Amino acid sequence: MPIASERDVIRSELRWGLITAATVGVIFIAILSAAFAWQMNPPSNVEFIDPKTLHLSDEFTEANLGTQVQGDAIAIRMIASQFAFLPRCVVAPRGRPVTLRLASPDVIHGILVTGTNVNTMVVPGYISQVHTTFTKTGDLLMPCHEFCGMGHSQMWATVRVVEPEAFKADAQGKVACAQP
Amino acid sequence: MRSLERLTLAHLWTGFVAFAIACLLGVWQMWVRSPLTAPLSTPDRYYQSVTAHGVSMAYLLTTFFVMGFGYYVAETSLARPLPGKRWAWIAYGLGLTGGLIAAIPILLNQATVLYTFYPPLTGSALFYLGLVLVVVASWIWCAQMLVAMAQWKRSHPGQAVPLAMFGTTANAVMWLWTTVGVAVEVLFLILPAAVGLTETIDVGLSRTLFSWTLHAIVYFWLIPAYIAFYTMAPEEAGGRLYSDTMGRLTFVLFLVYSLPVGMHHLFMDPEHSTGFKFLQMTLTVLVAVPTFLTVFTISASMEIAGRLRGGKGLFGWIATLPWERPMVLATGLAFFMLWFGGGGGLINMSFGMNAMVHNTSWVTAHFHLIFGGTVVIMYFAIAYTIWPKLTGWQSPNISLQRLQIWLWAIGMMVMTLPWHWTGLQGQWRRIAAFDYSNPLIASWGPWVIVSLIGGIILAVSALLFVWNLVTLHRSSSPRFAVGEVPYAEAVHPPGRLPASLNGFGLWNVIVAVLMLLAYGYPIAQFFIDPPPQAVVHRLH
Repeated sequence: MPIASERDVIRSELRWGLITAATVGVIFIAILSAAFAWQMNPPSNVEFIDPKTLHLSDEFTEANLGTQVQGDAIAIRMIASQFAFLPRCVVAPRGRPVTLRLASPDVIHGILVTGTNVNTMVVPGYISQVHTTFTKTGDLLMPCHEFCGMGHSQMWATVRVVEPEAFKADAQGKVACAQP
Repeated sequence: MRSLERLTLAHLWTGFVAFAIACLLGVWQMWVRSPLTAPLSTPDRYYQSVTAHGVSMAYLLTTFFVMGFGYYVAETSLARPLPGKRWAWIAYGLGLTGGLIAAIPILLNQATVLYTFYPPLTGSALFYLGLVLVVVASWIWCAQMLVAMAQWKRSHPGQAVPLAMFGTTANAVMWLWTTVGVAVEVLFLILPAAVGLTETIDVGLSRTLFSWTLHAIVYFWLIPAYIAFYTMAPEEAGGRLYSDTMGRLTFVLFLVYSLPVGMHHLFMDPEHSTGFKFLQMTLTVLVAVPTFLTVFTISASMEIAGRLRGGKGLFGWIATLPWERPMVLATGLAFFMLWFGGGGGLINMSFGMNAMVHNTSWVTAHFHLIFGGTVVIMYFAIAYTIWPKLTGWQSPNISLQRLQIWLWAIGMMVMTLPWHWTGLQGQWRRIAAFDYSNPLIASWGPWVIVSLIGGIILAVSALLFVWNLVTLHRSSSPRFAVGEVPYAEAVHPPGRLPASLNGFGLWNVIVAVLMLLAYGYPIAQFFIDPPPQAVVHRLH
């Protein structure tokens, strides 16, 4: 580009400023439409639970952990603690909406489910909640993804996604992984 | 200027020694994570090594480099002695002492909490105390930069502060704002827990305060690289800076937009609502602007240089640039890697999309690429440019400098591209050992080995860098012409500037308003409706 005068410089700067604004604008609009049109939002239900009495709480007592069916709703409750998930294996049906609820009694943990977009931190003091629908069957790896101490590498669980026909609740509405 | 040279060299050498150690630790860590059998591999040692690697890279290399380079810029760009040089040495002593104090518990495995401050896991109080001293040292540096610029302005009324110093002072102002978050977290939450004064801790509040610091700290590391882009690279290329105003605008935008955005590190956290996450995401989008402005201005400046050297046509000027000069080469490679690192960052901050990559190797790849590929590669180039002026010796063999920079760039790409890929497939972070008997994890194995090769190339480059600097202390080549100023002139040197582009008063007010907006309620919520606290887990 020829630069004869300061005005040329300023004009080229303005041109580039417009390109920058347009680029940033397009990115922002993409995020905006994903958030509003597809409801692609981060997991953010601010919900307290006392980590010191987690196992005595109504929701996270041992009997309530794992997969529970109530009418159409499917909830999966897990405790993330140093250095294991409780339960270590949970079942979910393919193609139906599922709500994961996790809490920690000790330090910060986090989860992702490989091959899906399920991802959340598990912060002591809060219930982490993720809504998802699994699209493929199989045993998915669900590791702890936040450093939680020396045993962190050994902390993982399995999400067993089964065909909807194979997903059968017992009398209490519970579904558990079959013992191998 | 003997005393300035000693001061600068002391800081830069301290940083680079920490850097070299951290590089070697990094290679070992990658070896441990790979399917190959590494020596001495236990989870304890792995996390101890990660802690030492992170602390050395993120806190020691950077802080000492920023301080040392800042002193050099203040004295050379303002062409007057640095005010209060005794304070600079006091700060150096404090920082060095702090670093050594923090190293003790790390070596004793009593601070294996990684380099992020995420209670309720807490390390030894000495670890935090040492790092506080490093930060206090950097605050003294900030005060000196502010005083140096104020004194210069007083004796040069109406004149534009030289761009290199404007950027340095912008960094000092930003750093003062940045450190407030982590300082409050460490002094009021973590240290009382670490010494046993408190038994429980508000984890959400701690994470929120740390996030305050977490994004802007990266810009604290990055601004010296940008100062080099604007003032050193065009000079080394034999051109002019296309626009001085764009440089000022860039530094001001970094100051404003790097702070109220830290919550994008907490997108996956349960202690904040979607609304504030969305607000900080919006502000994060804007932090891309100064980088776009820089890409334009520096490309245009390089084009001037290339055309002055006879380059013709649309792209012909690129070929005629003096790529044999380390500063020009590093700038080109840094820009190349910035596309990948910056592009990855745009995905990280894309709100819902963050769930795809949060806490996977993708993130590790992103920040290594930004840190190594844009920040540290420019630290090399700055060192190669100013070292001859500090020691008085020229390099006997500049091709070794080029080789070192090339190795670094190649190693960085070879290491981080596989991490991006395995991260997308769900490979998670902070793992001491992968269970390669799992078929999914086994499928990542070859890529982990490729990244290990990248790491080895990086370590070789780091050692070569140290060697190259050593040769600049005992060269037999002719002595360098001392007193040459390495800063580029602008095509249209700034005459009278509006006060807003020659100082930070207005911008401080804007930062205060934005921080109140972005962090006011998110922090206040922990006091309005306190969440249940977690029991402190001491690792010592």
